[in-house]
Amino acid sequence: MSDRIADIWGTRTPFEQGGNWPARVDQKLAEGVAEADVQRWVKSACLLCSNGCGCDIAVKDGRMVGIRGRAEDRVNHGRLGPKGLFASWQGVDNRDRLTAPLVRENGGLVEADWDTAMERIAERSRALLEEKGPLSHGFYTSGQLFLEEYYALAVLGKAGIGTPHMDGNTRLCTATAAASMKESFGADGQPGSYTDIDECDAIILYGHNMAETQTVLWARVLDRIAGPDQPSLVCVDPRGTEVARHADVHLAVRPGTNLALMHGLIREVIENGWIDEDYVAGHTQRFGDLLAAVEPWTPEAVAGTCGVAAADVRRAAEIFGTSQRVLSTVLQGFYQSWQATASSCQVNNLHLLRGMLGRPGCGLLQMNGQPTAQNNRECGADGDLPGFRNWENPKHVRELAELWGVDELKFPHWAPPTHAAQIFRYAEQGSIGFLWISATNPAVSMPELQRMRRILAKPELFLVVQDLYLTETAQYADVVLPAAAWGEKTGTFTNVDRTVHLSDQAIEPPGQARSDLDIFLDYSRRMGFARNDGSPLLDWAGPEDAFRAWQECSRGRPCDYSGMSYAKLLARGGIQWPCNEEHPDGLERLYTDGTFSTEAGYCETYGHDLTTGATVGPTAYRAMAPAGRALFKTAPYSPPPEEPSDEYPLRYTTGRTAYHFHTRTKTGRAPQLNAAAPDMWVELSAADAQRYGIGEGDIAVVSSARGRITAPVRIGDVREGTVFAPFHYGYWDTGESPDDRPRAANELTMTEWDPVSKQPIFKNAAVRLEKAAAGSGPAPAPTTTASRPAQPGTVPATVGGAAAEAREELT
Amino acid sequence: MKLPVYLGLLHQSEATLAKSYRQVADGHGDEPDVHFLCLTLARQCDAHQEALAPSIERYGESTEDDEPERLHHEGLSQTRSGPVGLLRDLQDLYLMANLVDITWTMVKQAAQGLQDAELLDVIGRCDGETEVQLQWLKTRMKQAAPQALIAAS
Repeated sequence: MSDRIADIWGTRTPFEQGGNWPARVDQKLAEGVAEADVQRWVKSACLLCSNGCGCDIAVKDGRMVGIRGRAEDRVNHGRLGPKGLFASWQGVDNRDRLTAPLVRENGGLVEADWDTAMERIAERSRALLEEKGPLSHGFYTSGQLFLEEYYALAVLGKAGIGTPHMDGNTRLCTATAAASMKESFGADGQPGSYTDIDECDAIILYGHNMAETQTVLWARVLDRIAGPDQPSLVCVDPRGTEVARHADVHLAVRPGTNLALMHGLIREVIENGWIDEDYVAGHTQRFGDLLAAVEPWTPEAVAGTCGVAAADVRRAAEIFGTSQRVLSTVLQGFYQSWQATASSCQVNNLHLLRGMLGRPGCGLLQMNGQPTAQNNRECGADGDLPGFRNWENPKHVRELAELWGVDELKFPHWAPPTHAAQIFRYAEQGSIGFLWISATNPAVSMPELQRMRRILAKPELFLVVQDLYLTETAQYADVVLPAAAWGEKTGTFTNVDRTVHLSDQAIEPPGQARSDLDIFLDYSRRMGFARNDGSPLLDWAGPEDAFRAWQECSRGRPCDYSGMSYAKLLARGGIQWPCNEEHPDGLERLYTDGTFSTEAGYCETYGHDLTTGATVGPTAYRAMAPAGRALFKTAPYSPPPEEPSDEYPLRYTTGRTAYHFHTRTKTGRAPQLNAAAPDMWVELSAADAQRYGIGEGDIAVVSSARGRITAPVRIGDVREGTVFAPFHYGYWDTGESPDDRPRAANELTMTEWDPVSKQPIFKNAAVRLEKAAAGSGPAPAPTTTASRPAQPGTVPATVGGAAAEAREELT
Repeated sequence: MKLPVYLGLLHQSEATLAKSYRQVADGHGDEPDVHFLCLTLARQCDAHQEALAPSIERYGESTEDDEPERLHHEGLSQTRSGPVGLLRDLQDLYLMANLVDITWTMVKQAAQGLQDAELLDVIGRCDGETEVQLQWLKTRMKQAAPQALIAAS
């Protein structure tokens, strides 16, 4: 047994380059439940980060009582992280669950039956469609539903209602991953594979605190590091994360300057002749653009702008330029920062320069933040056209119209989909009067929360919220719909490296709760959405019908599921897409022959200017004729929109801790996780703490031009001049309002987004910090993660004790 | 030689456009993408004027000729409010940017005739950016138009 709160990544199982990652089966059962008591083990995959670890759910007497990893699963080889072990099942088996629909009566929410609640929704929906048309409707969904649910939502939103106002919280976590791959390679879709960790001799992590965001993936890296031929490691992160501690080079850049660093790395690689000229000549276009953009960025220029040592820039470039097999991974440090798409494209460009794609160990993982973000993007619940189709390509539009049996005019393909921040802006202005939010909590997760609360509270806005719990967002709803959780419904989802898992239903949902798919199908039926021939638009009886419909939609597209089935997924476990006649077992890596998805009739987008987001358009794109070659897309560096000033002299950045997910709706209800990171904190460097006269645990008020928060200070390893805040904490569990003790990180963040991916900029803001009171003990920040104290041993170590003991079986 | 007249027109048009971008940025702070991007594009217009300065020094700059003077755009008197107001302000910027764009083209033709490599180099660095400004304005207006014209009150 191992305390998996104290030891997040579990026991080491070292292996060598090209070797097999040894299996280690992690298991956690509820207190008092022995293995022999478990009546059934139900196949699933973990839904608490984007890694998608294969697992079995333990069931006893109709309840989920534990979980274990699946040894044969290609993603995790049996392992589970703390969130999977403790929160996957405990996070939904809770007395706070919503068990009946709620409707607003005389200002309060009261229980109702499904018919009453759904009729209320349908009535308002019909009235608004009649009065203002489809543009009055908006849908904001999640990165945590199943593929089948996203596809249902996408079809009913586009072909039923006909609104472009659809997005998911994937906009906050993963939109830039999609955008950068679309710009560089012509379509979304991860080129690499998790097995590239096994095969590589260098790993570069760009704004990716893998140790906390995907703990099991990091365990795979740690096992390579512990092996006989450890890979070189480069980390770009303003904090001294666990990744940074293992890195050969740690580039602690000034937040907001990623693009300048990337320009410098590319310049060094080109200057030193570390590029594959044949690959560049044969498989890419627009190398000249790249040369011009990086030209001014000498290592010294980078050092000045980014606040890193020029020698470190040289060393990092050398590791990339001279290693044989490099894996690069990118996440929120790039995606949620200034010039997100341009910076992420530069990582793609590095790999294009060396032709390091489509071969073992030469991988690129533009990571996802959430477990089912990939499916949201594929199915078009984020507003894109399903199957990575191009809204500017009339042939793609026609394909969908035929597939759905509706007129092309019916669904909006005349402008880009409306992204989340713009949907809320339209709601603020009153042109969206009907907003349906499923499985996400914008009252905590969107930027500038005072404004979000004002919008959600608008009496003219009819707000539907569909969730497991009465979240901060649900409290503003006109109708609250109780949804079934993971383990209480069946569906599929796809992880970062395109691995599709089937998650089978283990138990019945509590009370009257229903699956999100059932709810969407019910709405479609009530609204009478129909095909041109009069038959119902969505006539699916359940998830398997939805999956089959999706297979048809995906056929022939990059994300081809046509060769899969529920039976095949159950029998084999995870399968990577594309899976079709040509690749019946799936395809481990994309672009193996250097042919990309950029052919004009096939590509997902004609691309954008990365500085402004201006669309390139079909004519210019066809004139460029990439025809399967990748594109070097880039932009000049410019400073972030909000820089420190006299009034707000510090930089502010937000992020995650290993013990929580999203807004803690599940992880905050797992006692082991909650105890490890129970309350809000902010991090400050030792030098800044001294400057402000602040000791460990003292209470600080941090303010920006938009709001303020109060939180105890951890004196940690964050870059000097920068304040870090975890974004998980809201108000549902404190009983306090934002006016009593504001603690949500997004009280301070700004409403602004990347011009191409439209991902909000959470990681750049200017703040001021003042000491409010002396503390009564250390800040409630874990000591096992990036939030560990700068001075070791000054704060009691984070441990889980008996409740956090989990079994690890090494085979 | 009338090139100084066109250099003057270009210089003036870039200045007017820069000022108008800043006005729109100020007037539409609640549309953060418009706000920040307009500030960026205003700086681009400033840089274009600076880049033109050496050529203006060489050829001179005239605002005397009556005919092109009539082409001068006065800029925005004030910004409008609301969704349709945003659309109209962007449309005004679009017209002004078009004047800049076509003037770059005229000046480029003259620079080619004069075999003026230095001026051609300036044009090479600037006129593409004006083109992208136009593309962005069009992209943003296309996005805003349906909502402003149909659903907004």
